[in-house]
Amino acid sequence: MSGVLAVLRKELTVYYATPLFYLMGFFFLLVEGFLFFFIYFSYFQTASFQIAQNPQMASLLDPFQVVFRSFFEDLGFILLLLTPLITMRLLAEEKRAGTAELLFTYPLPDWAVILGKFLAALLVFATLLVFTLCYPLIFAFLTRMDWGQVAAGYMGVLLLGAACLALGLFASSLTANQIIAAMSAFALLLLFWLIGAQQDVGSAWTGALASLSLREHLPNLAKGVIDTKDLLFYLCFAFFFLFLTKRQLESRRWRA
Amino acid sequence: METMIAVQDLTKYYGLTPAISRLAFEVQQGEIVGFLGPNGAGKTTTLKILAGFLPPTSGRARINGHDCVTESLAVRRSLGYLPETAPLYTELTVSQFLRFAARAKGVEAARQQAEMDRVAGACGLLEVRRTLISSLSKGFRQRVGLAQALLNSPPLLILDEPTIGLDPAQIVDIRQLIKDLSGDHTVVLSSHILPEVSQLCQRVIIINKGQIVASDTPENLSRQLGRGARLKLQVRGPAPEIIAALKGLSGVKDAVSQGEERYLVESGNDQDLRPDAARLVVARGWDLLELQAQEFTLEEVFLNLVTEEEA
Repeated sequence: MSGVLAVLRKELTVYYATPLFYLMGFFFLLVEGFLFFFIYFSYFQTASFQIAQNPQMASLLDPFQVVFRSFFEDLGFILLLLTPLITMRLLAEEKRAGTAELLFTYPLPDWAVILGKFLAALLVFATLLVFTLCYPLIFAFLTRMDWGQVAAGYMGVLLLGAACLALGLFASSLTANQIIAAMSAFALLLLFWLIGAQQDVGSAWTGALASLSLREHLPNLAKGVIDTKDLLFYLCFAFFFLFLTKRQLESRRWRA
Repeated sequence: METMIAVQDLTKYYGLTPAISRLAFEVQQGEIVGFLGPNGAGKTTTLKILAGFLPPTSGRARINGHDCVTESLAVRRSLGYLPETAPLYTELTVSQFLRFAARAKGVEAARQQAEMDRVAGACGLLEVRRTLISSLSKGFRQRVGLAQALLNSPPLLILDEPTIGLDPAQIVDIRQLIKDLSGDHTVVLSSHILPEVSQLCQRVIIINKGQIVASDTPENLSRQLGRGARLKLQVRGPAPEIIAALKGLSGVKDAVSQGEERYLVESGNDQDLRPDAARLVVARGWDLLELQAQEFTLEEVFLNLVTEEEA
């Protein structure tokens, strides 16, 4: 356990000491801010005006369903672009710089290295996510907020993030080149995002493929419904790719 | 004395090329052993396998009784390793890096600071503790690499070219440091600087093309593998006659003039030529200005072994 903490703290120090984290934060918050104020917020305003003309509809204007549902759903897609940038460095850079030779000759089990790096990436992602809390806070001044729904939405995004980061970590373990790590993580994530998107009515395959899709499990959480099926999917997805990463690291011991 | 490293039949192929083939050696506890060899001889590969970073293709290596492949974690607990190019996390400062290494090596939190101070002091890093590793010179990076290997006082130190990139004063310091470590620590180092190995190590293992060509103390290697002694003379007198006379001595293989009244005499066996040569010069009425027995340097032994292999 102390090994996990050692790796975790080192990775966090590196994240916060390098410009990549701040650049990512800048772009992420810029895009989020733009979407929020120019799309969701202005839509909310228009809707409010219409309802002002027609007071019977006031009960239908739920800020969460109008604004935050699309906020969380769109956030999911932005994660596809963001998470490969967070994870690309983790193992690829160790290989390129030769520090893998240090890291893997320290008395750290492979799983401690993987878990430490994964948790560091998750914390970095969560740090970026914390800044978006200002949007529900702004809304709380304007109207009544259902914080339970907001929490469900954030849980969904965090779990989706964990799944994406685990896949990204695996991609990073395959190469010594950060760009290739990021590109292959993005390609795989896009595949898992789009899989089963085609809605052929009546085909058994569509349902099966769609339930493998990362996108398919977000809408429920984004609208505030917590379904164990969705939680389990993201957790299993993350676990599966962490497991593949472990196998990949182990392979250097037998691939003589 | 207990055996620290036991290597049997160690073979490693990169693709179809053998990097090392059927290496076998032992290192006792407290020994300082030097690996010597030309580039590409397999020194680094051997050390990487010992450190548990590379798996061997066949054969086995045991450290402290633990197998380097199947009990990797136990091996790594008793190990301090400085890889060849001293790779470091350049985004961190020296103390951040050492802190990570101390944690990763399982130094208890209460002892970490003292342990970091100890190795930083020993490697002369106290004044650069807050410097980013990326802005350190090669020499300092090498010392940081050495410092992390020393953390937690592991019983075995594996140092791949520990003094490369250091200035002469630092080299002296680091060599002294390594010497001080012997006794409680076993040190295995590789080097292509021969005087370094002969000064530091109690035993030298010379590898060439992935095979051990010699393994002995530096003195024994110079003596045995040099096959014979050499004599340096400075004699005033007619050069051709002196050479002829020296060649006439029993046991002399060759005598050559090195100019300015200096001569070099090589004997074919271990016999000491000094008394005979002195008597000869005096008997012939020449002036004997200097007489010195010369051992073969490790450099010559090394070149001998390595080129013999090729012939």
